[in-house]
Amino acid sequence: MDNDNTIICRCSDVTLKDIRNLIKNGYGTIDEIKRITRAGMGPCQGRTCSQLILREIANYTGKNIAELDVCTSRPPVAGIKIKQILEGGGN
Amino acid sequence: MIKTADVVIIGGGISGCSIAYNLAKKGVKNIVVLEKNYLASGATGRCGAGVRQQWGTEMNCRLAMESIKFFERANEELEYDGDIEFKQGGYLIVASTEKEDVQFRKNVELQKSLGIQVEYLTPKEAKEIVPYLNTDIIRSATYCPKDGHLNPFLTTDAYAKAAKRLGVKIYTFTEVTGIRVENGKVKGVITNKGEISTNIVVNAAGGYSQLICDMVGIDIPVYSERHQILVTEPVEPMQGPMVMSFSLNIYCQQTPHGSFIMGRGDDNEPRDLRITSSWQFLDEMAKTVTKLLPPIGELRVIRQWAGLYNITPDKQPIYGPTKNLEGFYLAVGFSGHGFMLAPMTGLLIAEQILGEKNTIDISKLTLERFEKGELVLEPSVV
Repeated sequence: MDNDNTIICRCSDVTLKDIRNLIKNGYGTIDEIKRITRAGMGPCQGRTCSQLILREIANYTGKNIAELDVCTSRPPVAGIKIKQILEGGGN
Repeated sequence: MIKTADVVIIGGGISGCSIAYNLAKKGVKNIVVLEKNYLASGATGRCGAGVRQQWGTEMNCRLAMESIKFFERANEELEYDGDIEFKQGGYLIVASTEKEDVQFRKNVELQKSLGIQVEYLTPKEAKEIVPYLNTDIIRSATYCPKDGHLNPFLTTDAYAKAAKRLGVKIYTFTEVTGIRVENGKVKGVITNKGEISTNIVVNAAGGYSQLICDMVGIDIPVYSERHQILVTEPVEPMQGPMVMSFSLNIYCQQTPHGSFIMGRGDDNEPRDLRITSSWQFLDEMAKTVTKLLPPIGELRVIRQWAGLYNITPDKQPIYGPTKNLEGFYLAVGFSGHGFMLAPMTGLLIAEQILGEKNTIDISKLTLERFEKGELVLEPSVV
């Protein structure tokens, strides 16, 4: 996939070009890229983009993708309305 | 890694990067910043990132005013290729008790005398600024439209890039494991990637400041404590200012990006270095925010996280050199306000290292104040 304008993070509109530029400029971990671009901070919490970003880092650095650090998984598992938390599970 | 440096700063958060930038700007060469993880990975990147001028002591008002003046021009001064996303949507601080109301009247008088644009408001007037504010539970409010919010990752990035252009070396993923001391003087810093000899070390390690002080046997009366935050999905702009209350234990703001960020403290929090998230926080936060700002209950929480407050007995930072160890400087104990004070932290510590007169008198903020019993009594801390 060589199209620089390909959207990698759909929640935060981050392109492949953005990601590649950051990696080239020394932002070598997904944690750093997430914090500069908001990739992975949207409603899906990185379920789509994190694997794609890790692959880009692996490609650039030559490291095995399995050896790269991943972001901390944070609660809640899926978006939930604040008032639903109050109601304790009802809809 | 380089072998010698004029100054080594421990901690790659906003304070460490600001100190490095300010020293470099004043012409100091061979500055090193050591960060055990990535930049802003500690308290800086985990903070609520609000900045306010509404304080209860003259010194804090002045520190905050100057810091905010810097944030206003930071993109230009730091020649940043991005945007630090500074939004001056104001802070609306609400009083829910009579005691608070009395204090707020005094604060506003002080703040106005220093030239801060601030107003004391009735609940009705407060509702004009945030229409969905539940005024049944508040007595009054104060409002400063020049307070605001900015992106802590990008602000740290801006400082770091500017510092690097001036020659500062920043080593990330480099952990300090020891400090070499000879005859009461700092001589070097030992890391997991090698040793750097230096005569000056600055402890700007945020939540881990005690660990660094332990390496040189300096006892600082601080502890670290987890504080939690949650963020919602981004929505259209609906809330101008940060809404905050000391007595109701909440701060809640909408970022320029559209998401709401909110947090509260917990008196029962243990004093340790944990930064995990708890369901209890989510529960308490939901109760607090829907009471004061009911429509926020309709928004979806998408993430919660935690960071460390590094807290002193008077909840004011400890700045400056240490009596018993030459060349060892402290910029620690910010008690939850390190991000907003960072522009002045950088300037003031740089001035102290260079033996210059401080732009703002911070002689009350030395480590020695605790043994003398001269605490700084600031009424407006969370």
